Amino acid sequence: MRAAMEATGATKPFAETSSRRRQRILKLAAPYALIAPAVAVLFATLGYPLYFLVSISFQRYGLKELLAHEGTWVGLQNYVTLFRDPLFWQVLARSVAFTLACVGATMVFGTLIALLLTRLNSIVRVLLTAGLVFVWATPAIVAVDLWQWMFDYEFGLVNWTLTALHVGNFIHHNWFYNPAQGFLVIAIVVVWGAIPFVVITLYAGLAQVPGELVEAARVDGAGYWQRFVNLTVPILKPIFLILASLSTIWDFQVFIQVWVMLGARPGNDYFLMAVYSYAESFRITQYGTGAAIAVVLVGLLMVLSIFYVRQMIKITDGGL
Amino acid sequence: MTRRRRDDLLANATGLLVLAVMVFPIYWMVTTAVKPGKQILSLTPVWFPSSPTLANFADAVQRPYFWNNLGNSLLIVAGTLVVSLTVAFLAAVAVARFGFRGRTAFVVLVIGVQMVPLTALVIPLYLLIDKVGQLDTLAGVIASYLAFVLPFMVWTMRGFIVNIPVDLEEAAMVDGCTRLGAFVRIVFPLVAPGVVATSIYGFIQAWNEFVIAYVLLSSQRNQTLMVWLASFTTYRGTDWGGLMAGATLCAIPVVIFFLIVQRHVVSGLTAGAVKG
Repeated sequence: MRAAMEATGATKPFAETSSRRRQRILKLAAPYALIAPAVAVLFATLGYPLYFLVSISFQRYGLKELLAHEGTWVGLQNYVTLFRDPLFWQVLARSVAFTLACVGATMVFGTLIALLLTRLNSIVRVLLTAGLVFVWATPAIVAVDLWQWMFDYEFGLVNWTLTALHVGNFIHHNWFYNPAQGFLVIAIVVVWGAIPFVVITLYAGLAQVPGELVEAARVDGAGYWQRFVNLTVPILKPIFLILASLSTIWDFQVFIQVWVMLGARPGNDYFLMAVYSYAESFRITQYGTGAAIAVVLVGLLMVLSIFYVRQMIKITDGGL
Repeated sequence: MTRRRRDDLLANATGLLVLAVMVFPIYWMVTTAVKPGKQILSLTPVWFPSSPTLANFADAVQRPYFWNNLGNSLLIVAGTLVVSLTVAFLAAVAVARFGFRGRTAFVVLVIGVQMVPLTALVIPLYLLIDKVGQLDTLAGVIASYLAFVLPFMVWTMRGFIVNIPVDLEEAAMVDGCTRLGAFVRIVFPLVAPGVVATSIYGFIQAWNEFVIAYVLLSSQRNQTLMVWLASFTTYRGTDWGGLMAGATLCAIPVVIFFLIVQRHVVSGLTAGAVKG
């Protein structure tokens, strides 16, 4: 390309315009050249696999097909089977309920602790923040393991404490025998891990609430609750929305907390969408139906993500 | 005044209580890890380990494949980082420094794909990697990890580059630097801490990942530490001391690194939200 340009640039004025044009083309092309590798990698590791996921959801893809590396086209059959299966609707309803409960608990506790942080003296505040960061840093698998130990039926601290406090006889109480109790434990693991991010982000946001405004409201006779509802909430609303949608997206795809907590053998009663899709694919080698469940999961998450991305763009407007 | 002091006291006491409740499980993990077996399997809890021991750590480290799996984790993290850092840096420069058609679409793509659950992605990845005969290899895992490490890196790194004033570059260009020269001499040194923070975050993500490694790496020798950790739990019961020691070991590098980059993580996920 350079040779061609030098060849045309024989006379001086011509040379100037052509080098300028070259610069302009370079400037136009540069950003595309810079993002090209990222686009290529994302296409290969995300785009194509997602396309392939949708395509196998229209195929029979069992053990035989796995060995042949070739599925059989069955159209919408996987979806029809799935939507006729009461288990699917049970799992979907359970996932929605589980997500709502976890997000609700995370946001309520997160907000309360963030508000509490603003009222602490500096030593306690630093201690609490440091503690929260430790919890946040704990890898998910490690968190599952340590809560398993806390809720162990034989030597677990929770059973001992509840018995000692005379809440009831929890000696040798198995928390996973009854799925309602099992999900309570799983929700505790999820919420415990999710609270620090919410608290620290909200606390950073609270620091942005102008002190003069709060003072003015106080002088005008507004109580704590009134100041919270009329000042703090509107200012924090964008962060609230982002945190709530992020938590929803994360909690709707909970997998390892269930899978590892139950020793890789969760029964139907413990299926959430991600667990269901995984078990269908890798436990009973029905990749077609497993993929169909995963497509439904991704589709639902996509709706939530659109909301989240729009919120992000609105807030960073221009800053993107 | 006295009422105010009473309120303050109450608030601080509540703060300490919340701290205790949140941190206790971690305390319990670490103390269990240093307790002798008799104190772990005791019907009344031993709150403070009276005779700490490193026996559980020795047991954990001597379990089959610990060193292999540690090596695999490190290799996978290193491979993922080398590729994703280079690719993400270039893309972040484009997004932060150039206005171009399709930029918003690219940004939306980068934020949006972070929401794709790995449990959905692992099905096609498993089948595709099986097709090309790369199951049970670290290369297959590294390629898969790029899917979730890269988007976050582009987004975080963009934040670091945007924060360096364009004026600095322009000043250098007025003084005779080329655009590339200005970038290398001015922007690069300033953005270096950001690159470090981003790679630490990438380290944490790749180190913690479970599902993909669990599915793609079928033989125990080839697994990563997080999968190794899950192998302690069997239906026959659990070696709690060893498991807590192993869990502590796996958490230590993450916690240390996390303390370094924690501040940037918040701003990456909610970029600009705080400005209101």
